[in-house]
Amino acid sequence: MAKNAHKRQVLKYAFARSTAQTALLLTLVALGAVVFFILVRGVPHVNMQLLFGNYGRYPSIKPALLGTLYLVVISVSIAAPLGIGSAIFLAEYTKSQSRFVRIIRIATETLAGIPSIVYGIFGYLVFVVALGLRYSLIGGGITLAIMILPVIVRSTEESLLAVPLTLREGSFALGSSKVRTIFSVVLPCAASGIVTSLILAVGRVMSESAVLILTIGMVVNKMPNNFASPGTSLALDVYYFGSHGYPEQAAATGVVLLVLVVVINILATILGNIFGKGELAHG
Amino acid sequence: MDKQFNITVRGCDLHYGDFHALKNINIDIEESEVTAFIGPSGCGKSTFIKTFNRMNDLIENCRITGEILIGGQDIYAKGTDVTLLRKNVGMVFQKPNPFPMSIYDNVAFAPRTFGIKKKGELDSIVEGSLRQAGLWDEAKDRLRKNAMGLSGGQQQRLCIARALAADPKILLMDEPTSALDPISTGIIEELINELKTSYTIVIVTHNMQQATRISDKTAFFLLGEIVEFGFTGNIFTNPSDKRTENYITGRFG
Repeated sequence: MAKNAHKRQVLKYAFARSTAQTALLLTLVALGAVVFFILVRGVPHVNMQLLFGNYGRYPSIKPALLGTLYLVVISVSIAAPLGIGSAIFLAEYTKSQSRFVRIIRIATETLAGIPSIVYGIFGYLVFVVALGLRYSLIGGGITLAIMILPVIVRSTEESLLAVPLTLREGSFALGSSKVRTIFSVVLPCAASGIVTSLILAVGRVMSESAVLILTIGMVVNKMPNNFASPGTSLALDVYYFGSHGYPEQAAATGVVLLVLVVVINILATILGNIFGKGELAHG
Repeated sequence: MDKQFNITVRGCDLHYGDFHALKNINIDIEESEVTAFIGPSGCGKSTFIKTFNRMNDLIENCRITGEILIGGQDIYAKGTDVTLLRKNVGMVFQKPNPFPMSIYDNVAFAPRTFGIKKKGELDSIVEGSLRQAGLWDEAKDRLRKNAMGLSGGQQQRLCIARALAADPKILLMDEPTSALDPISTGIIEELINELKTSYTIVIVTHNMQQATRISDKTAFFLLGEIVEFGFTGNIFTNPSDKRTENYITGRFG
């Protein structure tokens, strides 16, 4: 009897282990297949003409590189101060259990979960139509800012709340005001988390497409002159090339986007570690 | 201006919401003495020490009635400058809480708050405070290094230096050695003996030997009341209240 029970245990264990292993393997295969396929199809077509050439007989992603840069600059310079400011207010100036804060928290979480195409139609109706900006990078950038705002607010708030209360007490006990405590103690301690969340937001902006289809006009063959110009982005170029008979160029643009997003994620980790050096010893 | 910095408490009651944490506290704490607060956990001694620099202001639902006078001034009177109060009444916490910045910036934190910007002046405050806290020799070659790299005992001495840099008159210590090893504890106790010539020190401690070693007077707290207050020698050798005797002989607590 006991022997049988033991055998069953061993079998169960072996089964659970091999199931989990298979799941992991399939995940890696799926991920690997995507990367491999894009690389194999795309890398041979990543060349100077595609990256920096003028858009003529052969397509180029030069306008998309500039457009993506515009979008990142616009959206982050709007969303970062607004998001960090809101998070400071929520974490430092409100009681965390109050109904007001809980409602705001639910609202931000809901906003973060809205499909991006819905943000896109909002951007279209407001910036393109109602405000009469037509298709423009600024309209798309602001819409993206609104889209990443809840993510920045939530992760910044979490970083702020993770700063130990004892540090705030220490600062107050030295006669510091609330403002000095926040800016000299709390924010520096939370910097790693905040910077990481901003960089990941940049990654989201770079890879977003649905919002931009409806707001910036997908003008793939012209360099944008300024913020108010219509334009394109890397993700939109992938879509455009893919649906207009340039599958190789679409894959090559995919490679560029993939590399940029990987770089951004590595950067987030590195910067997070640099800023986070001092915090480790606090239990 | 030779201001007095003795503490006088008359009829002090403190509530956290419905909880009556301190009941009719009366005590006189003299200048340049070390006063120890002892008592079992939850008896209100930490709560009481935090009324002297109004750290209880940070806690919701905390109500204080009665009078707490420092140098004759009611520190809960309307218009009290809490910042100035906390400059004069420094505090060291149970767990070392250095800021995750350089040793220098930790010590210079309060002086900078109060507008000192000149490097020479800051340098001399930092050096003086670290010397007072007995940390200068260990820290002088690593002033720009992050304070989190110090050991627990060093961190606590850094916190003492940081408090001293604000040039306080009173130093509150809330179980300052409870998170430290015996050697670090010994160093800090020696330090307290040196500091008491220049500062009024109030210390909360769980360790009765510590109270006898370092304090001039001792107050025994129980269930939010002061049971007995007097010279430390008397309290520990000849307590007048049975409850004090029971506590110091280890029958409860």
